[in-house]
Order: sequence, then C-alpha cells, then structure tokens
Amino acid sequence: MFRSRKSALVDIEGTAETDGTVTAPLVDDSPIKIKTIEAVDVMLLIGSAVSALAAANLLYETLLPLSGALGLIVVWYVLFLIVSWTGVRRIHGTVRAKDHLVRVLVWTGASLAIVPLVLIVVYVVGKGYRALRPQFFVEDQRFVGALSEATEGGGAHAIIGTLQQVGLATLIAVPLGITTAIYLNEVKGRLSKPLRTVVDAMSAVPSIVAGLFIYAAWILALGNQQTGLAGSLALAVLFLPTVTRTAEVVLRLVPGGLREASLALGGTEWRTTSRVVLPTSKSGLVTAVILGVARVIGETAPLILTVGGAFVMNWNPLEGKQDSLPYFVFRLIRFPQEAQIARAWTGALVLMILVLVLFVVARAIGGRGPDHIGRFKRYRLKRKGLA
Amino acid sequence: MTFTDSTTTSTAVPVAARTESPSTVGAAGLTARNVACWFGSKKVLEGVTLDMAPGQVTALIGPSGCGKSTFLRTLNRMHELVPGATLGGEILIDGIDIYRGAIPVTDVRRRIGMVFQKPNPFPAMTVAENVVSGLKLSGMKASRSERDAIIESCLQKAGLWNEVKNRLGDPGRALSGGQQQRLCIARSLAVNPQVLLMDEPCSALDPTSTRRIEQTIAEISSSVTVVIVTHNMQQAQRVSDRCAFFLAAENEPGRIIEEGPTKEIFLNPRDQRTNDYVNGRFG
Repeated sequence: MFRSRKSALVDIEGTAETDGTVTAPLVDDSPIKIKTIEAVDVMLLIGSAVSALAAANLLYETLLPLSGALGLIVVWYVLFLIVSWTGVRRIHGTVRAKDHLVRVLVWTGASLAIVPLVLIVVYVVGKGYRALRPQFFVEDQRFVGALSEATEGGGAHAIIGTLQQVGLATLIAVPLGITTAIYLNEVKGRLSKPLRTVVDAMSAVPSIVAGLFIYAAWILALGNQQTGLAGSLALAVLFLPTVTRTAEVVLRLVPGGLREASLALGGTEWRTTSRVVLPTSKSGLVTAVILGVARVIGETAPLILTVGGAFVMNWNPLEGKQDSLPYFVFRLIRFPQEAQIARAWTGALVLMILVLVLFVVARAIGGRGPDHIGRFKRYRLKRKGLA
Repeated sequence: MTFTDSTTTSTAVPVAARTESPSTVGAAGLTARNVACWFGSKKVLEGVTLDMAPGQVTALIGPSGCGKSTFLRTLNRMHELVPGATLGGEILIDGIDIYRGAIPVTDVRRRIGMVFQKPNPFPAMTVAENVVSGLKLSGMKASRSERDAIIESCLQKAGLWNEVKNRLGDPGRALSGGQQQRLCIARSLAVNPQVLLMDEPCSALDPTSTRRIEQTIAEISSSVTVVIVTHNMQQAQRVSDRCAFFLAAENEPGRIIEEGPTKEIFLNPRDQRTNDYVNGRFG
C-alpha cells in the first residue's frame, strides 16, 4: 500500500513537470497521525491514580478501622474518579470533564464484563488440559474404575451423545422456528400476535421444566424410553423460541422494497420469500441457528430426566440411554476421586472446543452478508451462465 | 396478506411459446375509470379517469402528496399490499378489469411491470441473476440460451450492457446507483411486460444516468406502454407524449386537474393551476 502511494506521488510529479501548469506541492501530504491522547491527559490520569491510591490507603487502612484489598480498590476507584474529574475540569472545563468521567466508567464496565469471560476460559483450560488426551475423543468409560488414572478412558460417548442430541434438536427446531418466523413476518396472519406472545413466553420456560414436560408427555404418557431423541425433544423446546425470535428480527431487516420488487415482477409470495427474502437474510439466519445451538448445547437440566446418562458408547439416539457432555461433567464432578473430577473438567473443556468449532463452521457456511458471493455459489452460477 | 395460488397456467408457458399468444405481449392500453383510493378511512384519491394508450409515454405530474404514486401503485395492484389500503373504480388492461377480471394478480403484475424510486436490485443475486430473476419469480421457464439472450437484450435495452458485460458475476449492489437503477429496468423488461410503471425513477440519480434512462424510455416505448411519475418538469416534457396533472387541496383527496398531450399541458394549459405548476409558481 505504501509503495502504491509512492508511485502515485511520482506520477503526479511527473505530470507536473511535463505540464508546467501544476506547481509541485509545497505542503507535506504524508498521512497525518491524529492525536487522540495528549501527554497532559496521560500525566493527569497517572497522577490521579497515584494520588487517589495514596489517599485511599490513608483513609481506608489508617484512619478508618477497616482493611482488605477489595475495599481498598473500591475506595481507590471512587477517589480516582473524583480526583481525575477535578483535574480534567480545571484544565479543559466541565464539558470535557463529563466526557472523561463517562469514558472512564464505560471502560471500567467493559473491562469488568470481559474479566469473568477470560477467567472462565483460563480456569477451564487450566483444570481440563491434564486429562485431555487423544483417547478422550475415541474411548468411553467402559474400563474406567474408581481408581483409574485421569488419563484412562474418555468421553467419546458423551461427545457423540451431545452431537446427536443437539443435531436432532436443530433438525426439529430450525425448520419449525424459521417457518414460524416467516409466518410472523411475511404472512402476517391473524394469529401472529398471539403466536408472538406464546413464543416469548416459551423463551422464559426454565430448562428443567422443558425436561419435565418431555419426561411426562413423551416418556411417561406415551411409554417411550429414555433416549437421545427424548433429550433432543427437550432441547428443541428450548431451541425453538430462540431461533424463532432471532429469525423474525433478521427477516424484519430485509428491506420492504425487495419484497415489492419481487411481487412487482409477478412473483408469488412463496417465491418472494424463498428466492429473495431468505437468501438476503442468510447470514442472519445462520446467526439465529448459532444462538439457538448456544442456548441448548450446554444444558444439563432438560437431559437428566430424558437421556438417562450412560458410561458406554450408544450410537443409536432412538434406543437406549445416552450420555451428553454437560451431563457427563455434572455426574463426574461430584465424585470424590480426583481422577473423575479431572475428567469432568476435561469434558467441560471439550464442550467449549466443540462450541468453538461449530461456530467457526457455521460462519464459514453462512457467509458474510448477502453481497458476498461465495466460491461454491460462483461455481454453480458459472455453470448456469449467471456469473 | 395470504399466500396466493402459486403458478398459474399462463405464466408457466415458456418464453418462446408465450410470444405467439398475442393478448399478453406488446404494448397494452391501460384505462382508469373513476378510481378512488383510501388509506384506512382517509381518502387520498378521487374520480381519477385516465387513458394510457398503447405504446405511449404518460407522465403523471403534480406536487408531493397529491396521490400520483398511489395512483401508479393501483395500476399493477401494489396499492393493496399496504395494510388498510383500499380502492374503488375500475382499471382495465386492454379492456379487462385487473381487479375483478379473470387475470390472476401475479399475471397482472407480470404484465404491468414497475420500477421504483430507489434502485432495489436483489442483494443476494449477481447482475445476471438479477436480470433473469423475474423469470424464476413468476414461474417462467427458460433454457440456458434463451436466458443468455434475455440477459444481453434486456441489458442492451436498459443501456447497461457495455458497462456490465464483464461484470455479470458481480453482486447487484456492487454497481453504482445509476447502474443499479438501469439494472432494475432491465430486470423489469426481462419478463416481457406490456406496461412499465416508473415511480420517479431518476430522483436518486445524477444527470448522466438520468439522460441514459430517458433514452431507454424512448427506445422501449414502441413495445411497452410507459407511465412515469416525475417531479422534474423538463423530464416530463422530454419523455412523455401525454401528461396528467394531479393536485390535492388541503385535506381533500387528490384529483386529476388537467390531462392531455404534453405540449398542450405545458404550452397551452386550460387550467390556471396547471399553468402555475408547470411554470414553477408553486409546488
């Protein structure tokens, strides 16, 4: 980029010489570095922090009959706000001081929100990596006894269980959810208002209630076994409102002008929806599915009563009990043996990795917004002569 | 809004075969008789009677809010898409009522195309896909060679071919605003409409693109009846054969004040209000 800018410069100078009319630029045209922070502001912040710390120490630890790190930090932070506010106001005036105060508060809020996220990841990785061996992905708990090492056996049965249950739940909930969203937003039928209320209410259903519902309706009343399918039904109950509401918002973002354009070409409503509205909102719909998967993949409560839990691999989600990663973690973490606890942490780590992989894959499939034409689509279009 | 009957027999006929049926190709006449429009309980248009002869360009002029666009949207049944919108009177295409007649609504809209004020190419489609999108949307089948021919001829007609012939695979929205609007015109022409409605098609465009679109209107007007809403008096004079001047008094529905050959309307108007408007004294 730098090089191209330079060659452009040379060109301009070249024309200037041949032309004779354009004078060579006297003003330096290299990119301006915009100063966002000035030295005095940095000094002020450092000074405020140091003086506030000193004052906080004096006030909190010496004068008042209190002590402790947390209290000191809180007092320090409050004093820092006051001191820096006063300082900025003296130099720049009240308007800038307010700006400064809000900036500090926003930065604090954002940092505090990131802290637990980072801690969770660091903690789970730290606890879980010990029992993370390749065989965790291929072996089940068949030969694991109470005294087995943490590195023996694995959680393959739980990984497969989770993938199958979440996969089936996706197959059930995504078509239903997107159809419902189309009804709410494209058809705008008479039932859309009550339906929206029901969907909203559904998203507030506690996950254990979803599990109990499937247990009562599907297992007890209809006499089915505890299976992976029963678990996926319970997950679908939780999945459906998330995907419906997100998809509805995404469909609403499609400009009405596109629907009108399609109808004005003689398009039917179904073709308008399937060929214009859905393709335009594809990446948003993928986000809706991701949010739905994120909602259910870590659920334990709805699975306890429905999948039953297992220590050995069961490939068939339609028959027999299955395990799932969250359930695996939930079960093993309560054992007294350290090896079991270590395995539970590894299960949690694998669950996080699984989520990461699924999201990356979904993003790759979902593409980047409607204006982006992916490689596969381009290939398909080329063969039809449309690209 | 309900899902209407998806494909009707006449739209499913291949493009090549359809050209043999004389009733649905070539410029058609459009007649409005005593049309009135409401949004909810508010009457916005009243007593509009207008003949739009086949192969002619009719310009609808008038100040903002006088119901020109509303009237235009009644002509291909887009008005009814607005919740609470109703209308009365009669609109006939070649003598057949488009609201009470036997023509399905999708056929009405296929035969009476529309270009909107804001260019709205389909973002998820390439330039080429955009041009032929109407074929798929209205259920027409076309072979690869027919499709290629339609893409080239429609882009030619819209005056866009030379600019985009090497960019057919780009997303529709990668084009400039003026090119996007001409793409939308090409898209409308691809389904062989008999009438083309244009709702201020140049209001978002630069003078060069505007001139290009005016040329396009002149070129297509022999085979398509054009009805254009415009706020630009010069444009109305340049492109139209006939003119209708709409006006709405305060809190009154809009009406046609005067209608006639463009020359008459601009040079020798019968009504004082028309004279004031076309000479820029109000509006």
